[in-house]
Amino acid sequence: MRELDLEKLSLRELNSVLQSQDKNGQESWLIRNPKGAHALAVGLDAPINVRIEGSTGYYCAGMNKNALIHVIGSVGPGAAENMMSGKLIVEGNASQYAGATGHGGTLIIKGNSSSRCGISMKGIDIVVQGSIGHMSAFMAQSGNLVVAGDVGDSLGDSIYEAQIFVRGAVNSLGADCIEKEMTFQHIQLVDKLLKSSDIGCEASEFKRFGSARKLYNFDIDNLSDY
Amino acid sequence: MCGIVGLFLKEDSLKPELGNMLSQMLVTMSDRGPDSAGIAVYNDEKTEESKLTIQSIQPEKDFPKLTEYIKSELNVSVSLKQNHNHAVLYSCKNKVNNIRELLQKNRKEIVVVSIGEQIEIYKEVGLPKFVAETFNLKSMAGSHGIGHTRMATESAVSTLGAHPFSTGPDQCLVHNGSLSNHSSLRRKLKREGIYFETENDTEVGAAYLSWCMQQGFSLKEALQKGLSDLDGFYTFVVGTKDGFGVLRDSVACKPAIMAENSKYVAFGSEYRALAVLPNIDQAEVWEPEPATVYFWNKKT
Repeated sequence: MRELDLEKLSLRELNSVLQSQDKNGQESWLIRNPKGAHALAVGLDAPINVRIEGSTGYYCAGMNKNALIHVIGSVGPGAAENMMSGKLIVEGNASQYAGATGHGGTLIIKGNSSSRCGISMKGIDIVVQGSIGHMSAFMAQSGNLVVAGDVGDSLGDSIYEAQIFVRGAVNSLGADCIEKEMTFQHIQLVDKLLKSSDIGCEASEFKRFGSARKLYNFDIDNLSDY
Repeated sequence: MCGIVGLFLKEDSLKPELGNMLSQMLVTMSDRGPDSAGIAVYNDEKTEESKLTIQSIQPEKDFPKLTEYIKSELNVSVSLKQNHNHAVLYSCKNKVNNIRELLQKNRKEIVVVSIGEQIEIYKEVGLPKFVAETFNLKSMAGSHGIGHTRMATESAVSTLGAHPFSTGPDQCLVHNGSLSNHSSLRRKLKREGIYFETENDTEVGAAYLSWCMQQGFSLKEALQKGLSDLDGFYTFVVGTKDGFGVLRDSVACKPAIMAENSKYVAFGSEYRALAVLPNIDQAEVWEPEPATVYFWNKKT
């Protein structure tokens, strides 16, 4: 495993090394001394492994494609924002809007994630072992948000076709988000996501939430909900 | 965007290091607030005296004969310790309010930035590193302190527009965010007799808390009341004689992160501010919940 140290390299130098990796390469990198740095390991597009020893600031693994990024610490706001594919695993907690606008790939958070988790998600799978904050999955379009803990206020407000699975308590649901039946296919899906995230709980304990599809088109009777 | 840092020490042996730790934290928040910076330090001295921190744009003219002037007007013993364009006035506890009233009435060129048994506030325009060096923050000892780096949005970049703002004896407020109803609230508080130094939104927040406490509310109750009366975005950190408190508005889009271990409780706008602290890797790190008032106090 090759090492990059943020005490020796600037952020731009470090990101340039990771961004210029061979698209067919399988290199492994260890990042030392992140100390809350912003925009760490962003815009990667090679199938490399990046292990970050410590906590990061804003936008860690943003726009990621193909890379597997593993943070041994916590991440700041906007982790894996707009991720296309690949994986971000966070051993600690995540701050606001983790996985926002993510198109694909998997975001795994072993701790808690705060407000706006998965806001406007567009195909990403997000699995959280702990709890998440308010306004999560706001306007979420597609993908799956799996939460093994509890959820704050206004879950799934104005949601489109993303699916939300929650094991714990939900403080409140946002406009047009309702509880839906958990079928065998959904249990299989959650089970698969939990197993691949190495989170050991029963898929059958989860409830499913999604869109009531009442706010898709303008309707004068729904005026108060817009 | 602004930066906030706060540090509350649980171990007495760390007290001489407070200023050093706090100044390192403050400097990490320079790009969140390059316009001005300020700190409130609680030095935990057991003394019979109280103190006022004052500020002047002409310290060489205003400070030398100030103690004589106060003695002659109020017949009280007072001493002065200058630190750049700020100074700390020491006098007996029941006289500090008279001194403040005297200065506010007759010596308007001198601004009282804090009052209390332990608090001292220093603030100035410039990069946080410059401000920390100007006041030699590194050398300050104490039990706890808060700091602020400002990127001005609502009012001019000036010394008095810098945070912290005093909210009462041994209390102060720093703020990341912007209050949108500060003009109407200022008008309302002015009618209640509250005096304002600046056009700054945070000063209104501080004055609002002071006013609530004058009405008999505790600081915690005042903060809770603020959730409905203050419109806008905020993460507030309030310094008190015994510790500090944190409140984020109900939307909580302004960042806040806390860390706690056996030696300290720390607050930062970002993890970068906490990364400079010893053994941070072993500390518990989390985000304060929205619309929830937190306090950390010395065990007495």
